[in-house]
Amino acid sequence: MPEGVGPRQVVGRVAIVDYGMGNLFSVKHACEAVGLSAAITSSSEQIVSANAVILPGVGAFGDAMEALRRLDLISPLRDAAVSGAPLMGICLGMQLLMSESEEFGRHKGLGIIEGDVVRLAVSTEQGRVLKVPHIGWNRIERQARSWDGSLLEGLTDGSAMYFVHSFYLRPVDPRVVLSVTRYGSTTFCSTLQQDHVFASQYHPERSGPLGLRMYRRLAARITAPSHEVQHAEVSDP
Amino acid sequence: MSVRIIPRLDIKGPNLVKGVHLEGLRVLGKPEAFARCYYEQGADELLYMDVVASLYGRHNLLDIVARTSKEIFIPLTVGGGLRTLDDIRKVLCAGADKVSLNTAAIREPELIRQAAHRFGSSTIVVSVEAIKKSDGRYEAYTDNGRQETGRDAVAWAVEAAALGAGELLVTSIDREGTGRGFDVELTRQIADAVSIPVIACGGAGSVQHVCDVVAEGHANAVCLASVLHYHTVRHHEVVGDFSAEGNVEYLTKRRGGFLSIHVATLPEIRDAMRSGGIPCREVDYA
Repeated sequence: MPEGVGPRQVVGRVAIVDYGMGNLFSVKHACEAVGLSAAITSSSEQIVSANAVILPGVGAFGDAMEALRRLDLISPLRDAAVSGAPLMGICLGMQLLMSESEEFGRHKGLGIIEGDVVRLAVSTEQGRVLKVPHIGWNRIERQARSWDGSLLEGLTDGSAMYFVHSFYLRPVDPRVVLSVTRYGSTTFCSTLQQDHVFASQYHPERSGPLGLRMYRRLAARITAPSHEVQHAEVSDP
Repeated sequence: MSVRIIPRLDIKGPNLVKGVHLEGLRVLGKPEAFARCYYEQGADELLYMDVVASLYGRHNLLDIVARTSKEIFIPLTVGGGLRTLDDIRKVLCAGADKVSLNTAAIREPELIRQAAHRFGSSTIVVSVEAIKKSDGRYEAYTDNGRQETGRDAVAWAVEAAALGAGELLVTSIDREGTGRGFDVELTRQIADAVSIPVIACGGAGSVQHVCDVVAEGHANAVCLASVLHYHTVRHHEVVGDFSAEGNVEYLTKRRGGFLSIHVATLPEIRDAMRSGGIPCREVDYA
């Protein structure tokens, strides 16, 4: 029986931010599989009143910021980052949290996390060419910071997650880094957390049962006050 | 960086089918049942190819995609008969993560650029289906290998990458369904000519073929069909209720099959790849 299939109890309201970039349905399906009620939305009211906000996305950084600006979503997202409700950035959504990106010229980001976004270089590993985009399963490795109390709690150091990206981010503060991932000669931040803002370069919703555990952690965080979640048991069915 | 193993499920109407050289389609069961089985075995991604949509302009894949996407949490690529940006949008809205384009892209290459811009390069897989000609060159074909284009397959692959494709799915129609092994030379010519990842497809009949196309063909991922499907059909009682539509003789009589296909499960394939020095994902869920 795959994880997430079976009887479910719907809790929490998750706003999946729709700004016309990429496929949001796999994110919605993952939320629903762990019992979260999720709405794909570009309404600022729904975003600020949600129990959690997910900012997904694939595509170009500049286009994405332009779309967020057009939809008047920049302020609501900055507000969501300090509201105390979890804000989760995925892939391009993670990169958008940063101060700026060098993708096709310089672009300002949301500025929620200090740092920038730069292009991955093509490199070689044991004679094999590592192509860009970096597509496929790669390991997330723990850094100095513990995973306890984060969405990664319970995962084994070195777990494989599914990546699709050509750019990576360089946070200024090393303390926000939960995991790094190695791709050829580049070691980059693959998961970060700053207060209630959580972000991954990989796609937890496409990373099998291990990725779904992160959604289950998110659900637990929404339904219990954060100080209780630190020690709450999140079991897999 | 691990090499991805991608089960390819060819779909005709409600059924999973398998042919040879993309023809002579034989019904094997329900695609959702096979997809679930491969997910549980640790498949890295799944590829659904609607093998008749391109010929008849049908779009009946959306329900199958939606059902699959709700219970399978790995990337799902969907191809077959997608002609417009709106076709792509519909498939993505049903829950696909990427789309594969061939016939429409080669007729109207600008579609690749538009689709990559609208949905992101990483969402757009361009499928290059090739037949080796008597002079040794590879020619690109469309409409499931029925229609020649006069275009050099390698040159077309390079153009598709430049237009914004995120990955290339490279299929040898000569080898497809035969179990004689991938066309290593075709794969290498394209993989070495582009900077984006290449998925090798068509011809796998054993684990050794997988190792060969990675080591010598420089593939970043492999598609497998017969090797997995015939194992699943033989060793699992329930493959879903198949529709009586189409050629169901193999399923009802369990006769036929190919001596050249050495069937295996995904864990067996991963073990053999590791023994051959090829990195693949450690799947630590049972």
